[in-house]
Amino acid sequence: MRTPIAYFLVLSSILFAIGTVGVLVRKNALIIFMSVELQLNAVNLTLVAFSRMHNSLDGQVLAFFSMVVAAAEVVVGLAIIVSVYRRIRSVNVDDAEALRG
Amino acid sequence: MSASGSLWLIPALPLLGAAINLLIGKRLGRSAGILATALVVASFVVSVAVVGSLLALGAEERIHTQHLFEWIRVGGFSVGADLRLDALSAVMILVVTGIGSLIHLYAIGYMHGDPRYGRFFAYLNLFVSFMLVLVLGENLLLLYVGWEGVGLCSYLLIGFWFEKTENANAAKKAFVTTRIGDTAMMIGLALLVLRFGTLDFSVIFGSAAGTLTKGAATTIALLLFAGAVGKSAQVPLHVWLPDAMAGPTPVSALIHAATMVTAGVYLVLRMHVIFEISGVALTVVAITGLVTMLFAGTCAFGQDDIKRVLAYSTVSQLGYMFMAAGMRAYSIALFMLVAHAFYKALMFLGAGSVMHGMHEETDMKRMGGLIRKMPVTGVTFIVGALALAGVFPLSGFFAKDEILEVASSTGRPWMYVLGTVGALVSALYMGRLVFLTFFGRARSEEAEHAHESSLVMTIPLIVLAVGAAVAGILDTSTDGLISRFVEPVVGSVPEGAAGIARSAVVTISLSLAVVGLFVTWVVYASGKIDWLALRVRMQPAQRVLEHGWYVDNYYSALLVTPGKAAAAWLAYVFDAKVVDGVVNGIGAAVRALARSGRRLQTGLVRTYALAFLAGAICLLVYVGFRL
Amino acid sequence: MQADLILFWVFAPISIASGIAMLLMRNAVHSALFLIVNFFCLAIFYLILGAPFLFAVQIIVYAGAIMVLFLFVIMLLGVDGREDLRERRLIAQRPLAVLLGLGFVLEVFFAVHGAIGFSRHAPAGFGKVNEGGNTQALARVLFQKYFFPFEVTSILLIIAAIAAMVLAQRKARAVTQAEMEAHNAALEPAVVSSRPIA
Repeated sequence: MRTPIAYFLVLSSILFAIGTVGVLVRKNALIIFMSVELQLNAVNLTLVAFSRMHNSLDGQVLAFFSMVVAAAEVVVGLAIIVSVYRRIRSVNVDDAEALRG
Repeated sequence: MSASGSLWLIPALPLLGAAINLLIGKRLGRSAGILATALVVASFVVSVAVVGSLLALGAEERIHTQHLFEWIRVGGFSVGADLRLDALSAVMILVVTGIGSLIHLYAIGYMHGDPRYGRFFAYLNLFVSFMLVLVLGENLLLLYVGWEGVGLCSYLLIGFWFEKTENANAAKKAFVTTRIGDTAMMIGLALLVLRFGTLDFSVIFGSAAGTLTKGAATTIALLLFAGAVGKSAQVPLHVWLPDAMAGPTPVSALIHAATMVTAGVYLVLRMHVIFEISGVALTVVAITGLVTMLFAGTCAFGQDDIKRVLAYSTVSQLGYMFMAAGMRAYSIALFMLVAHAFYKALMFLGAGSVMHGMHEETDMKRMGGLIRKMPVTGVTFIVGALALAGVFPLSGFFAKDEILEVASSTGRPWMYVLGTVGALVSALYMGRLVFLTFFGRARSEEAEHAHESSLVMTIPLIVLAVGAAVAGILDTSTDGLISRFVEPVVGSVPEGAAGIARSAVVTISLSLAVVGLFVTWVVYASGKIDWLALRVRMQPAQRVLEHGWYVDNYYSALLVTPGKAAAAWLAYVFDAKVVDGVVNGIGAAVRALARSGRRLQTGLVRTYALAFLAGAICLLVYVGFRL
Repeated sequence: MQADLILFWVFAPISIASGIAMLLMRNAVHSALFLIVNFFCLAIFYLILGAPFLFAVQIIVYAGAIMVLFLFVIMLLGVDGREDLRERRLIAQRPLAVLLGLGFVLEVFFAVHGAIGFSRHAPAGFGKVNEGGNTQALARVLFQKYFFPFEVTSILLIIAAIAAMVLAQRKARAVTQAEMEAHNAALEPAVVSSRPIA
């Protein structure tokens, strides 16, 4: 492979940053959630890159586990979003401000 | 039970009466009074028995003590509940219980029908109990307990009919004024503890001469005397006694004639050792007594209220006693105390009888000719008045005479002269009182229809009259029975060779008394002078005397009004604005803090997420730099 | 020029662009679709990096299952409508977010630059690691060294499934006859609505 590993690391950090900005800027809960998924994927990319760099499969296994957990998380998260929607009839996170002090 | 072992009964019996009457007085009804009287009589009987056993001992060993229990022990300072019976306290307990019994008996009839009958007797018994503790205490702290206790009972009893505001005010005035003296006395007690480490009489009197410097003794003595000034209503703390006449007459008789006000005299007599180490203190005592005697005597002359005449008269007579004490004639002061207890209590009870007959009227201008309607009261009262005026052979004559003789013979001419003037003044005001009240024409409806009081009220009058008359035999001279009896405790009467002869003293004072009485008879009872017109013409002067030389008004302007203003300022300005301001301010500050803190809680997920990110980046940078 | 380099330089911009596009779309469905594109790009990267198994799993699980789930929910809730992208409440949020994001990227850039440098290539021996095929090698590591976490994650999946069932359950409520009739009556005119039944 001729691509320096560092390129993958920087790329993943860019994707992570995009995901972070998405979490902070968007108001639709579902899109926020999708941004979180983007963040998770960026991290997976980093893991696999390092696995290649260190010549071991641990990184790939960890990425695999990350995917599993992300799947579970998506299931529960979407169920929560549906419950909250039933309550406040909106997926706008700004409408869920009952904890406002 | 031995004499020493039964000392505790003397104050305990009336205390029991007080407790019973406080708890179930209402249910007892009329028996409350009988119970209370019986217990005081029982205390009197025990006192007589105990004093009798005291007399059986030799002169120098006449002391019974009883240690009840250890009351206070703090570090090296300890105070026991100890009772001491020596010659001085023996005389006092006999006076307190004896005259107290008679007054209790009188009160059964006087207070009949009062809704708080039982409580009255509870307070009265409580007072007697405290007074006995005062005079029987072996140490100054017990004395102070009794001192404060009688002050409390005085407050309760003066304001017994508290529904009338002026009665409640009089009670307050009495308490506050005596408080001033009590506080000074407390400081004196503290100084004594500092010097001696204890408040026991035996220790203090034993080592006083060696331990106290003249200056220290003066300070302590003056502080203690300040307490006496308050309690015995001497100038300048005399203002409460005339107002205290608002209380029921038995109260005036017991507390403000026979017992409580004499506590000051007892204190000086008891602590004379310290007073003598400081010569200055004794001079202060004598001068205070002299001034008070003349001042109060003049005021008594200007009063129209029969009880107020007697009140000022009490103040004046107490002045005499302090004069005697100041001249080191302690036993004579004590004798005068005894005689005064008899005739003043008699006159107060007599005044109460007059008031009952006159439907609670106290203005002498509306009385007159009562001797025909109330013979027993009248005759007994006259006996008392003559005793006070110092007519031979009644008790007052001997007492007053001996004081004047000591003044003259120990080279105190001013005291003698002014004392004699005071004797004239007392004859004048007593004569005025007697002639206005009992002689002449009846000047009002009530006087027309007055009637004699019941037996339960007249019997004590008769007994007291007998006492007032014959008590003189107790101390016919400076070497009389009482003087010799109390000599081991208070020393002998100083003698001297200065001044005029004894017979001259006697003649002068006796003739002045007669003159005074005659003059008042002419003015008030003979009908030859229109005293009402005379009074109108002398209105301004009479006013001054009636208002007690306006001392009350001065106090009010100088102390009471600024005091009330200060209190109002503290309550409405300082407390409301500053104290409440601080408290509310703290609350407001907390709220403001919370309000600004609350802004962190936006309730929006996105701000929280931003905070996460910022924190995470900081951490990252930190870790990055560390590595 | 190696194939991986070409692939990298083609798909990296695509992945970044699709990420940003996901961020900027108003319609939620469009966002989801762009995210799927991003996932495909990532799958290619896994392939480049010598993880063919993950390449497959990425497409199957992420693009195929998770994103489909997302789309289901979007359709279920009917929120594919226009979203107001204007920021009214937290004015500082956007600039701050972008700033912090850029800061993060710079941070990683410098960290990487300082640590491994931009010219380091992957070591050569990766073929030995993938002996017998990547899947078999992965299986060897997974079921031996990481057996315990494997079991735990399987339990986690079961729990997640149960949790989702519980959370998404409608609370049963006793409905009166009157309410039933009122409900039916209200439904009648709504039939002609184009909105999907919520």
